[in-house]
Formats: sequence, structure tokens, C-alpha cells
Amino acid sequence: MKALLASIKNSIKDLLPIVFVIAFFQLVVLKQPIPNITEILIGSLLVVLGLALFIQGLELGLFPIGESLATAFAYRGSMGWLLLFSFGLGFSTTVAEPALIAIASEAATVASEGGMIEHTEEAKESYATGLRYTVAFSVGLAILIGVIRIIKGWPIQYLIIGGYCLVVITTAFAPKEIIGIAYDSGGVTTSTITVPLVTALGVGLASSIKNRNPMIDGFGLIAFASLTPMIFVMLYGIALNL
Amino acid sequence: MNIISDVIRTFIETIGDVIPITVIIFGFQLGILRRPVPHVAKVATGFLFVLLGLAFFLTGLERALFPIGELMANQLTAPEFVNPDNEPFHWTQYNWVFLFAFMIGASTTIAEPSLIAVAIKAHQVSGGSIGVWGLRMAVAIGVAFGISLGTWRIVTGYPIHWFIIVGYIIVMIQTLFAPKMIIPLAYDSGGVTTSTVTVPLVAALGLGLAGTIPGRNPMIDGFGLIAFASLFPIISVMGYAQLADFIGKRQNSVK
Repeated sequence: MKALLASIKNSIKDLLPIVFVIAFFQLVVLKQPIPNITEILIGSLLVVLGLALFIQGLELGLFPIGESLATAFAYRGSMGWLLLFSFGLGFSTTVAEPALIAIASEAATVASEGGMIEHTEEAKESYATGLRYTVAFSVGLAILIGVIRIIKGWPIQYLIIGGYCLVVITTAFAPKEIIGIAYDSGGVTTSTITVPLVTALGVGLASSIKNRNPMIDGFGLIAFASLTPMIFVMLYGIALNL
Repeated sequence: MNIISDVIRTFIETIGDVIPITVIIFGFQLGILRRPVPHVAKVATGFLFVLLGLAFFLTGLERALFPIGELMANQLTAPEFVNPDNEPFHWTQYNWVFLFAFMIGASTTIAEPSLIAVAIKAHQVSGGSIGVWGLRMAVAIGVAFGISLGTWRIVTGYPIHWFIIVGYIIVMIQTLFAPKMIIPLAYDSGGVTTSTVTVPLVAALGLGLAGTIPGRNPMIDGFGLIAFASLFPIISVMGYAQLADFIGKRQNSVK
């Protein structure tokens, strides 16, 4: 209970900058009153309470389970199951991600207006679904590659810079309408629950494998998960354009 | 009361999002690894806290911050505010927009739950040498700079991939010189910055801008701000570590 109170205090501090920015622009720059002030106060209260609970829950639930899984996998030494788990975790957390569903339907509208696909609801629907599965597959693949990297101890920069080169090359061939969406899809795939879990998994793996440094080898999974969707979404655009 | 029903609705939606993860985690834990979940009551409480926390958090954002944030993004980009006297177009007319982009980018990043999670973990793993606040500030500055540069790009209309490719080149050069310990964390911080809080506000700003400026296509120019917000934190986090490293070395050599 005491921890929760301290957490609430921290959450208030976290939210203050937003309140300040909004108040400044609304009152000083735009010179307009703040609409629905009670609604905003109640909403802010919910945000503070929610953030405090979330942080508490991280330490109690998400971090420990991610780490205990990592240790258990390292102890059993079954590489196949670990890789299947990594892919499954990446794929399943992404395919249902609300931000991705939103971006995919936007992208379908773009494609239909750009004449890349037919002007029917059906064509849009199948385009958006295809895009979602493409992104989910690429995130699964990213976590899988990232876990192999942790096990083998490869330096991350070669893989990431290689990935950047692939992004640049695919950009050159991708249809113009898909580029912005592809770049954005890299950022939206990693949700609030996935990030702590995946981080705990990586750090846990690196801590339980000999000669791995959790700082150097444990982080980096999220980086892969935000890189591969860019490449695969552009490839998807290219493939449909052929 | 409809706030309570909103919270309950968001709670149910969050549970829906979490089911696949839960199935995979517990399926593997019990079915493949055949080990009971350690401290099962504690972990279950933690999951409940996370779900409840997210439900409150998201409802609060939707009720309070998003409506006003989107309203402001629209007001700041409206032609009557940007160019009241109908002067010829110049990008400096959008100075308030760039400042808003900078400040809203920084402040929403500070409140981003997944960044807090990664910062807590990095603090634990580094044995305290990476401060929770230091990392969050470094990321916030990166996002702020990225989003204001991104809005400037929408206003001026330069193609997005030039900026991204130049950004990649800077990242590559920095990677050669940055302390090895920070590199994976810096790469990660690009991906964690943009989730629940930042994306909706930033997307409203981008689409609002692209919709009001003549000659911009919202579909081509409105997207891409999130990409800026994920690239620049990589640069700022490595820069922060390089600076700390540099100051540390100088102090050592003075001694």
C-alpha cells in the first residue's frame, strides 16, 4: 500500500509536464478557455492512478514471469522450444495490437485511393488483413533473430546496421504511398505490455547464459521488433505492385 | 455513471489484447517447461494491476488528454491562426506548431509507461550507473527534436526518406564511437517511445498539418512523424552516454 502511494506521487510528477504544456498553449498561445475542466480533471486522475497501478504490476507480475521463463528455458537448454516461444510471443502480441489494426486500415484506404488495389470494401479488407499478418510475422521473426543473437553473443550493431541498409534498399523500390506507413509501422508494433515482457526475457536470458553481459546482450529485442516491420511492409507493397 | 462503464469497457478490451500473450506464457510454462509458475499469487496480482492500470490509464487519456490535444493540434494548424493576414506562405508562420510539437513530444514521452519499464530495468541491470530519469530525459529530448523536425518536414514538403537515411548515417557513425554498453539500450529506446500516449497525439498533429497546407497529401505526408520519433531517441541516448563518458574521462585526467 505504501509502495502504491509512492508510485502515485511519481505518476503525478510524470503527468505534470503534459498538463503544463496543454495549459500554456491553450491559455497563452491560443488564448482560449479550457473546455470541460471537470472531465479533464477526472481523466487526469484516472491516468495517474492507472500509471501507478501499471508500474506496481510490472514489478510484481510482468518482470518476474519474463525472467523466470528465460531462466527456465536456459536451464532446459531446448533451443527449438525457445525459438518457437520467441516467435509466438512476437507474433501473437502484434497481430491483435489496436494501433496496428488502425494503421492497417488507413493503409488500405491509401492503397485503394492510389489505385494499387480495387475500390471495394472486400479488397481493402483483405489488403489490411494481409498487412497485419505481414507485420505480425515480421515482429515474430525479429524476436526470434534477437534471441538467437543473445544466445550466440553477436554484436547488435552489425545486425541493426545491416537492417538499416535493407530499409534503404527496399525504400528505393517501394511504391511512394507505402513508405510513410511502413516507417510508422516500425514504431507502433511494440505495445505497453510487450515491451516489459520482452525486455525481461532478453535480460533474463543474457543473465542466465554464461559469458553474456545483460547490459550488452540483454537489450536490443525491441530494436529488432521496430526494424523488421519497415522492411516487410515495403516488401508487401512491392509484391502487390508487381 | 458512464466513466465507470468506460473503464470496464477498456478493461475488457485490454483483457482481449492480453489473452494471446497469457496463453503463450502459461502454455509454455506449464505444458513445455512443466514447471509451476513461481509465486503464482504475486504474479497474478501483478497481472491484475497491469490490466487495471492500463484500463484506468487509457480511459483517462481518451477522456481528458486526447480530445484537448487533438483540438489544439487542429487550432494550431488552422489557417486563421497560422496566417491571419493572408501573407505569402513561409514556413516560419508555423513556429508555434514546431514549439508545440517539441513540448508535447517531450512531455508525452515522460509519461510513456513502456519507457518507464525499460528505464527501471536498465537501472537495475546497470547496477545504478544508468539513471531512470537520465535515460527518460535523454529519450524525451530525442522524441521532441524528432517530432518538431518531422512537422517542419511536413510544412516544407521535403521527402521523408532523405531525413531517415541521414538519421541512419548519424546513428552508424555514433555507434562506432559510443560506449559499447549503451548501444543496445539506445537502439531499444527508439522502439519504446511511441506507444499509448504519444502516437494518437502525434498522429493528430501530422494529419492536421498535412490536411491544411496546400499541396500536401495527408496520406503521403501525414504519416511518418512516428518514424522521426523512433529514430532521434537513438541518437540522443547515444549522445547522452558519449557526453557522460567524455565528462567522466576529463575529470579523471584532471585528477
